Amino acid sequence: MSAFNAIGEEREIDRDEFTPGNEPQPTWCPGCGDFGVLKALKQALPEVGRNPEEVLTVTGIGCSGKLNSYLDSYGFHTIHGRSLPVARAAKLANPELEVVAAGGDGDGYGIGGNHLIHTARENHDMTYIVFNNEVFGLTKGQTSPTSPKGHKSKTQPSGSAKTPIRPLSQSLNAGAGYIARTAAVNPNQAKEIIKEAIEYDGFAHIDFLTQCPTWNKDAKQYVPYIDIQESDDYEHDTTDREEAARMMFETENKLYEGEVLTGRYYVDDESPSYQAEKTALGEMPDEPLVERYFDDDYEWERSYDLLERHK
Amino acid sequence: MTDDELIWRIAGGSGDGIDSTSQNFAKALMRSGLDIFTHRHYPSRIRGGHTYVEIRAAGHEVQSRGDGYNFLLALGDSFARNPKEEAVYGDEEIKPLSENLDELREGGVIVYDSGLLEEDDVAELDLDERAEENDWHVFPINLRGMAKEHGREVMRNTAGVGVTAALLEMDLEHIENLMTDAMSGDVLEANLSILRDAYKMAQEEYEFEHDVRAPTGEHDEEQVLVSGSNAIAYGAIDEGCRFIAGYPMTPWTDVFTIMTQNLPKMGGISEQVEDEIAAAALAVGASHAGAKAMSGSSGGGFALMSEPLGLAEMTETPLVLVESMRAGPSTGMPTKPEQADLEHVLYTSQGDSQRVVFAPGNIEEAYDQTRMAFHVAYEYQIPTILIYDQKLSGENKNVDESFFDREPNPTLGSTLTEEELKEAAHEASGKFMRFQSDPDETENGVSPRSLPGQKGGRYLASGNEHWPSGHIAEDPDNRVLQMDRRKRKIESIRRELDEEHDSQQTYFGDEDADLGIITWGSQQGTVEEAVERLNDNGHSVKGIGVSDMMPFPEGEMTEFLESVDEALVVEMNASAQFRGLLQKELGRYGPKLTSMLKYNGNPFEPGEIVEGFEIRLGGDSAEPTAQVRFEPAAGD
Ligand SMILES: Cc1ncc(C[n+]2csc(CCOP(=O)(O)OP(=O)(O)O)c2C)c(N)n1
Ligand code: SF4
Repeated sequence: MSAFNAIGEEREIDRDEFTPGNEPQPTWCPGCGDFGVLKALKQALPEVGRNPEEVLTVTGIGCSGKLNSYLDSYGFHTIHGRSLPVARAAKLANPELEVVAAGGDGDGYGIGGNHLIHTARENHDMTYIVFNNEVFGLTKGQTSPTSPKGHKSKTQPSGSAKTPIRPLSQSLNAGAGYIARTAAVNPNQAKEIIKEAIEYDGFAHIDFLTQCPTWNKDAKQYVPYIDIQESDDYEHDTTDREEAARMMFETENKLYEGEVLTGRYYVDDESPSYQAEKTALGEMPDEPLVERYFDDDYEWERSYDLLERHK
Repeated sequence: MTDDELIWRIAGGSGDGIDSTSQNFAKALMRSGLDIFTHRHYPSRIRGGHTYVEIRAAGHEVQSRGDGYNFLLALGDSFARNPKEEAVYGDEEIKPLSENLDELREGGVIVYDSGLLEEDDVAELDLDERAEENDWHVFPINLRGMAKEHGREVMRNTAGVGVTAALLEMDLEHIENLMTDAMSGDVLEANLSILRDAYKMAQEEYEFEHDVRAPTGEHDEEQVLVSGSNAIAYGAIDEGCRFIAGYPMTPWTDVFTIMTQNLPKMGGISEQVEDEIAAAALAVGASHAGAKAMSGSSGGGFALMSEPLGLAEMTETPLVLVESMRAGPSTGMPTKPEQADLEHVLYTSQGDSQRVVFAPGNIEEAYDQTRMAFHVAYEYQIPTILIYDQKLSGENKNVDESFFDREPNPTLGSTLTEEELKEAAHEASGKFMRFQSDPDETENGVSPRSLPGQKGGRYLASGNEHWPSGHIAEDPDNRVLQMDRRKRKIESIRRELDEEHDSQQTYFGDEDADLGIITWGSQQGTVEEAVERLNDNGHSVKGIGVSDMMPFPEGEMTEFLESVDEALVVEMNASAQFRGLLQKELGRYGPKLTSMLKYNGNPFEPGEIVEGFEIRLGGDSAEPTAQVRFEPAAGD
């Protein structure tokens, strides 16, 4: 019998289970886009049949990092920029967990940028949601890696001379298997995208546009958005890497021109996840590693058996 | 200086097989019943450059590399000789024969490869004169030519071993057996015939006027030759560690490699990741999810681990890190040992952060204390660090095989099962109280955890200060309760170490002595030998090798310092870091302490410590000849 009975438990899951009454109330500013992510995630998880105890959300630091403070599942609120390595390892140790990492654009594209490249490249089976509000929220409005060129803030008083990062193109280049952009102002799409991402077997990167009315009042670009899957103008084959690359290039340009395209950009339906690759190489245990510590009958290998070559 | 021991040095170009040759020769000596200690010296370079390995073999126990050496097998530096190679290596061609020749003991033996070392170069060394002065016995032998005759020039090492065996009047049996185990086919045949020919040639052509011979010894148990890195990896494996994440950095790479080679075969996981921040963060993530996990690095990489280390502490995630020191600051001297990261390891990471730090003093302790580090980390949900250095990492010593014959201990410590979770105190809120702060309920500071995926145990782990439920809190009363609870863990660990385990400190020498030597980490064996010699020389000295850095063994150290009038604190750094710790914890004994420091990239030799003791505490007033510095007691 498994030592983790919440995992794979078959039952009807009520959305409210992710929000018990005595949870702390969100401290986000009124009108903050972060509410949209929380809501979409709370809706998506029961719909994909995951109960709160088999979900592990791992966040960084920032307004966005508080996501799991308001979501009642297993949660790990880590440090600025480091949610991905923590999340990756939890998933490796227990692949049966549903691991969702989340954080801000400063968190994920700035300080944690290196981890994003490598997690995408390795195609770990997990979901990563980046709250992209084009600004540092929690530390009061400084310019972030996604702020548009010319963005003025207390730390870039003359306007930023830096070209904003193209996070999704970068993830595609690195090797992520599922890439999408959605927006808090589009709750239905957001929920659907999160569901797809969770069910995807590989690294799913969602750039989630979240408005920050407190520090980024000018960021009107989140409205109007165009759902590329709904619009006839933007037909492209989401399984074709080259088409996806072109599409993302286009949308990441348009983001700063006031027209926002959202939707699913790329789905690699062929490449195996990292876990699958590692299993094929014989470098992953057959059963979740963690289970073994609860198995009284397991025969633990000893270093004593390795001594032959030291004689 | 005892001559019932052999200190055999093989020197040559790195990449020339010095390592494997010496490893086999060391095993052959071990199989003949001797105690073995090996010391490896290599430059920070991939190919070329001068490298040597010393094997000390004796019929008695050996704890250090010893002083100097009495047999030199000098091969040429084949890389430096390669005319196509553009790099200029100065006089490195001759280095295997010249470097540290002063350390060759009187009556010592030199075999050099006259097929590789040019006569003109050798002439510059005034070898004949010096040999006469020191009663050295020099054997120029064309090892290269001998190997070439068998069509395998690279096997000149084997020819050297054959000649060595003859000159030491050793039996070839053990060497042959080792070769047979390790090779097969043509390679084996060629090696065996080179070995035997060289042996026979030396026996027939030379007169053995020298006194150096292979000592005799007898072990009553099966012996294994293991390195400090092996011992750490094996301790981790026996404690149920099945997850490691790392990024290469000398000298930690050895532990990482050994674990990586073994874990997947045992259903474990090894991950080489993008940097050390990630490496430590992965270990935290895996441990949070319920695996026994470790990571590690050397100083520079450990600097990057400072934040995940603090995260593990605040979220009370068990974490084991190993830190293998090398000379710094910055990239320093990558292949040279130093003990200068102690303060880095004790105090890095923001806030009133606390961790447990052990510094094993030898290979057996490296194994035991790795196991202890896991035990403490998982029982008390706290980061533990094993600090050691390049010396301990790379040296090999023979250990009774039975030493490793122990039960595995794969328990997750204070982690609840789903059954236990049902009974855990969370009726009031209906929520599992992960970070229980009630002092009555958490006397030893530990609040048991649940694991993601377990029914009834969900909670938020946060690197921010938090309520018992795990949610972020800045409430002043809660802050004090949580802080005090986390601090209680360190006190409880100290209590457990004192009450339930034999001391991790090692005592040696004359119990009633008024003078002492204190050391920590890898210098312990060397100091042990020095103390033994001082007592043989008529002094009365006691010594202690301290392993517990944090929590500090206050009771034991008070007792030791009370019992002596003066003590020498021996460590391998320039800023007397361990003495600083003693001073911080037990400042009132400050005036009794004199530091003896060495930081030139080479570990102490026992003779240097004997000399240092005699100059500072033993009444001698000479200036030290060794590359060591004294730093007298405050106010001195
Ligand atoms: C190592 C480190 N550097 C800096 C900070 C301070 N800090 C906290 S949140 C943050 C930026 C958050 O911006 P973003 O990730 O975009 O998230 P948002 O608050 O906008 O959701 C910074 C710089 C920190 N906590 N840790
Ligand atoms: S500062 Fe911006 S991102 Fe943070 S809570 Fe307020 S609106 Fe949201």
